[in-house]
Amino acid sequence: MTSELDIFVGNTTLIDEDVYRLWLDGYSVSDAVALRVRSGILEQTGATAAVLQSDTMDHYRTFHMLERLLHAPPKLLHQLIFQIPPSRQALLIERYYAFDEAFVREVLGKKLSKGTKKDLDDISTKTGITLKSCRRQFDNFKRVFKVVEEMRGSLVDNIQQHFLLSDRLARDYAAIVFFANNRFETGKKKLQYLSFGDFAFCAELMIQNWTLGAVDSQVDDMDVDLDKEFLQDLKELKMLVADKDLLDLHKSLVCTALRGKLGVFSEMEANFKNLSRGLVNVAAKLTHNKDVRDLFVDLVEKFVEPCRSDHWPLNDVRLFLNQYSASVHSLDGFRHQALWDRYMGTLRGCLLRLYHD
Amino acid sequence: MPGKLKVKIVAGRHLPVMDRASDLTDAFVEVKFGNTTFKTDVYLKSLNPQWNSEWFKFEVDDEDLQDEPLQITVLDHDTYSANDAIGKVYIDIDPLLYSEAATVISGWFPIYDTIHGIRGEINVVVKVDLFNDLNRFRQSSCGVKFFCTTSIPKCYRAVIIHGFVEELVVNEDPEYQWIDRIRTPRASNEARQRLISLMSGELQRKIGLKVLEMRGNAVVGYLQCFDLEGESGLVVRAIGTACTLDKLSSPAAFLPACNSPSKEMKESPLVHPPSHGCRSTHNSPIHTATGSRLTQNFSVSVPTLIYTGMGSGSAGKEGGPFKALLRQQTQSALEQREFPFFTLTAFPPGFLVHVGGVVSARSVKLLDRIHNPDEPETRDAWWAEIRQEIKSHAKALGCHAVVGYSESTSICEEVCILSASGTAAVLNPRFLQDGTVEGCLEQRLEENLPAGCGFCHIPYDELNMPFPAHLTYCYNCRKQKVPDVLFTTIDLPIDATVIGKGCLIQARLCRLKKKAQAEANATAISNLLPFMEYEVHTQLMNKLKLKGMNALFGLRIQITVGENMLMGLASATGVYLAALPTPGGIQIAGKTPNDGSYEQHISHMQKKINDTIAKNKELYEINPPEVSEEIIGSPIPEPRQRSRLLRSQSESSDEVTELDLSHGKKDAFVLEIDDTDAMEDVHSLLTDVPPPSGFYSCNTEIMPGINNWTSEIQMFTSVRVIRLSSLNLTNQALNKNFNDLCENLLKSLYFKLRSMIPCCLCHVNFTVSLPEDELIQVTVTAVAITFDKNQALQTTKTHVEKSLQRASTDNEELLQFPLELCSDSLPSHPFPPAKAVTVEKASPMGEGNFRNRSAPPCANSTVGVVKMTPLSFIPGAKITKYLGIINMFFIRETTSLREEGGVSGFLHAFIAEVFAMVRAHVAALGGNAVVSYIMKQCVFMENPNKNQAQCLINVSGDAVVFVRESELEVVSTQQPTANCQPSCTGGEVTT
Repeated sequence: MTSELDIFVGNTTLIDEDVYRLWLDGYSVSDAVALRVRSGILEQTGATAAVLQSDTMDHYRTFHMLERLLHAPPKLLHQLIFQIPPSRQALLIERYYAFDEAFVREVLGKKLSKGTKKDLDDISTKTGITLKSCRRQFDNFKRVFKVVEEMRGSLVDNIQQHFLLSDRLARDYAAIVFFANNRFETGKKKLQYLSFGDFAFCAELMIQNWTLGAVDSQVDDMDVDLDKEFLQDLKELKMLVADKDLLDLHKSLVCTALRGKLGVFSEMEANFKNLSRGLVNVAAKLTHNKDVRDLFVDLVEKFVEPCRSDHWPLNDVRLFLNQYSASVHSLDGFRHQALWDRYMGTLRGCLLRLYHD
Repeated sequence: MPGKLKVKIVAGRHLPVMDRASDLTDAFVEVKFGNTTFKTDVYLKSLNPQWNSEWFKFEVDDEDLQDEPLQITVLDHDTYSANDAIGKVYIDIDPLLYSEAATVISGWFPIYDTIHGIRGEINVVVKVDLFNDLNRFRQSSCGVKFFCTTSIPKCYRAVIIHGFVEELVVNEDPEYQWIDRIRTPRASNEARQRLISLMSGELQRKIGLKVLEMRGNAVVGYLQCFDLEGESGLVVRAIGTACTLDKLSSPAAFLPACNSPSKEMKESPLVHPPSHGCRSTHNSPIHTATGSRLTQNFSVSVPTLIYTGMGSGSAGKEGGPFKALLRQQTQSALEQREFPFFTLTAFPPGFLVHVGGVVSARSVKLLDRIHNPDEPETRDAWWAEIRQEIKSHAKALGCHAVVGYSESTSICEEVCILSASGTAAVLNPRFLQDGTVEGCLEQRLEENLPAGCGFCHIPYDELNMPFPAHLTYCYNCRKQKVPDVLFTTIDLPIDATVIGKGCLIQARLCRLKKKAQAEANATAISNLLPFMEYEVHTQLMNKLKLKGMNALFGLRIQITVGENMLMGLASATGVYLAALPTPGGIQIAGKTPNDGSYEQHISHMQKKINDTIAKNKELYEINPPEVSEEIIGSPIPEPRQRSRLLRSQSESSDEVTELDLSHGKKDAFVLEIDDTDAMEDVHSLLTDVPPPSGFYSCNTEIMPGINNWTSEIQMFTSVRVIRLSSLNLTNQALNKNFNDLCENLLKSLYFKLRSMIPCCLCHVNFTVSLPEDELIQVTVTAVAITFDKNQALQTTKTHVEKSLQRASTDNEELLQFPLELCSDSLPSHPFPPAKAVTVEKASPMGEGNFRNRSAPPCANSTVGVVKMTPLSFIPGAKITKYLGIINMFFIRETTSLREEGGVSGFLHAFIAEVFAMVRAHVAALGGNAVVSYIMKQCVFMENPNKNQAQCLINVSGDAVVFVRESELEVVSTQQPTANCQPSCTGGEVTT
């Protein structure tokens, strides 16, 4: 006796959260059944393995049918075939678009192209996430990217509107889209200590301050592309380190203000010029696409690592960066105060976030 | 030209991409009614076209309005080649034809294609302007309301229940026409869908005409079925119960009846305004004075009587109402009706006087080609024959009527089994007709009828019993005789006194048969049938005993014929009726004496059986009070002396029914395990596993013993097909396979719905079909309803308090039966404090959840929720309006079965689509639920080698508007005094 056909269709579509998770995680039906058996569900419910098998198959089939709709979440809301309560719809969408930290760190900043997709095998082996799940996550990134990349208006709003994600997840996706578009390097060994959250935090600051949208909210791609004009202008900051007098004055202003307040004062004093040069040179180089990509590598190399090797506490870093930014306002010979604030305001936030072990 | 149909095509959305080059579609719409077609403009390059068309107007006869569906076709415009069809929408405009139902159909309909399934949606608005037509000899029957519900619909009361109406129409099946060889599968499917739609429209119109002739205004318990006879044609047949219904609309009438529904729904959906039905018979606005005088002395179902012999298809045409009227004048009421049948399963209080037992009849027919579709004589004659048999069975049981009546067929190649079954009953003629001569008789019956057990009392003569049976004095009133076991096809009457909870009981049986042709085949089947009936009956009886119960309700026995086997599946809900004696146990006896090990084995089995019975009694809370003469001091007014008038009726009949076969063994209850077969039976008895804790199941509307439903319901359909290994096909192996199939299916359901615990599967409806040699298909539709355990306690307490007050029974064990449904107490219990708690606790919680859950991003959802249920009510809600019946037929076919996920993927998607289309139609009518939903047919055929499959599904139900009780509360708090009113009116009946 073999079951040829075995289906269950409810007027309200039944969604089993546990099975959904297994499906999203890319397990095959038999693996999912094995995992469910291990969870002790048979003992709890008194069901048999055959029942579990049939149930799992059924849910998988439902999810498979829903997947097409999940690719365009507003469709899930307006479709008539599956009657799903709004709370469940939200859960389906949110879980479908959720991603693994380990996975996103591998893909963040990479071009979402076929080439990268081919590397998913390796990512899967490396992270232990099933290839199927990797594909889903990658396709999600790519799909969101494609939809919003050339759209007018706030990136987060656009993502929320077209994919109905929660605020939190929409922000994460904004970061992913932003990183993919600007191709920031995140995979270098020295960046491994950084989490997706660190990058997402920086992305948000950069979107807020460094993109076209920061100055004009009516342009296409406003939140996705950096403000080219701004990057060009950043060259002007170079005088802060090129002009020796200015550099000395800047140093003395900072040192005077921080004397006695910093545990690592002497280290700071000794390193001031190096650090300042590093931060200003990063700014000046941002006109080249390649250097934009290396932004995070440079920040870590030029600032985070030197401070870390001198064991600066985070609070000292904060005090220093605040004073370092503020003191520029007292430099009479320096005219680009607004530019400096736009640059340093964001950078200070990023650096503080990036500064950890 | 009495009607104008107006259609407006507003917009489309989610259309499929028809032009690969542009990834877009140039869509336009054809609107067709009858032979007239209109077209919209082409909306270029869009998947979400906005046509916003003018009003397309069709001027048509109301006859056409009833028969024809509105057909909307969405196409993709193609300049160079033929336009491609995207899909179609058929809209049944019948609901617009009676004033009380919907006034406009407006909404998003799924665009359906028989090959591709749903492909986007279309927004349509439909209106009908009807002109009054005073021609009494017209062919249309606009205005007759149809209900699938097998009880008097909630917001109506029955003025008169006229009786049985039936009709059938036949046609050639387009699938088997010569043209089918050259046309596409799509064209063929669409021809079939359209034909069936037309035929059901015609059928409904003809039934409506009969109802008008009977002077009724509605058909309740309307059941329409298709017989796909293959080569020989297509039969669409319908049965129903003609009634005169009165809408409870005026505030005065409304309050007592509808103020209680909060309670009414929960405790029993079947309650109907008790005394109103009878009292207002005389001043009903529908029956004018002349009308009622004229109807006085004739049988109302006479049109059927006179014409059935010559084919009822012609009945409507020949006799105008007046002509028929004259003929009828001389005939007296109920006994003279040709078919005193009622498709109802639940009745207004006082309607059902006694129940005799189940009557059923089957016959095996060889199908031949229907030569002239206009003369469906053979099919009519076949059914007439079976109905006659049913009628005579009922007579033999001393009953003059059959209730819970239904008909079905099973077809395999050219053999067809026709089945009919029902419950023989004695009815109170009061409801059947106003002002009958039997007035005085009713009066006496009414007075003397003991509530809660009256229906159990035997209607047949004790001395002239139609079959051997154990009779005892009723355990409730101690005055009348009752049988030891009662089988019925109806729902549990609300006033029945039940102890403990009920449960689903199934008997399953397979019998191999040799493959044969024509007459030989039919004869083989006919020979097998009685044995199957007998065995099914024995199994039911044994299982009932094993559960420690003594009555079956909602019994439905389905016999399915296949190429090489016959399957029997009986489902019913077992209960313990307080009025009937405690069932004895099951004794096992071996025929081979003096064999030590054998006897040991037997005693072992016996012990197992006894243990099971004990366990079941505990599980279902069956704790009948100790039987001692004094204690049965019933709270019910005792009848002095029941009139024996009824008895005499049975004496005239001396027929012996087929049914007696099975009753013959009843008194013994000794299972003789003298051969392996019987051994098997005993084993199979013990293999039925009870549902996991927290689950109950029944196939009736509600579960006896549970009355505190929450508003959480989940209707579902589950289908399983198994392939039998063709090798060891023995009856036993077959039985085991079939048994496992059903048991596993139930287990799966319990597992799937575990999040709803505590919960009850209600109206569990199993259908078996044998699509191929080695395939068995089982389809189950049911609704899972969550109930509240805590509330159960409350209700129990209140109830127990009540019972303590009025009865001398302060027995602890009484606490165990919360559902002691006594007619005099329950429908009339106002429960003011308990009710308030119930309402506050149950409904707002559900509402609250709903609101909380709607997360902000999804708040703009436009799809309204449409509930579906096979029950006639929605727990925790009140039905405020019936919008018309939904009767839909779909075909889906695929030539890429593997790509669509195999047979399971294909059928899963199709059923989901059918649900979606039902919901969309209901929503467009302005409704938010379908009640009495039923999937009447699910015919699935596959050909995996060709990567093909086809499925036909037919569903029906009543579209309704319901309002949550929590929303009604505002109304009820405004009139706090109204709360006590139902108790007063309810009391009048019994006191």
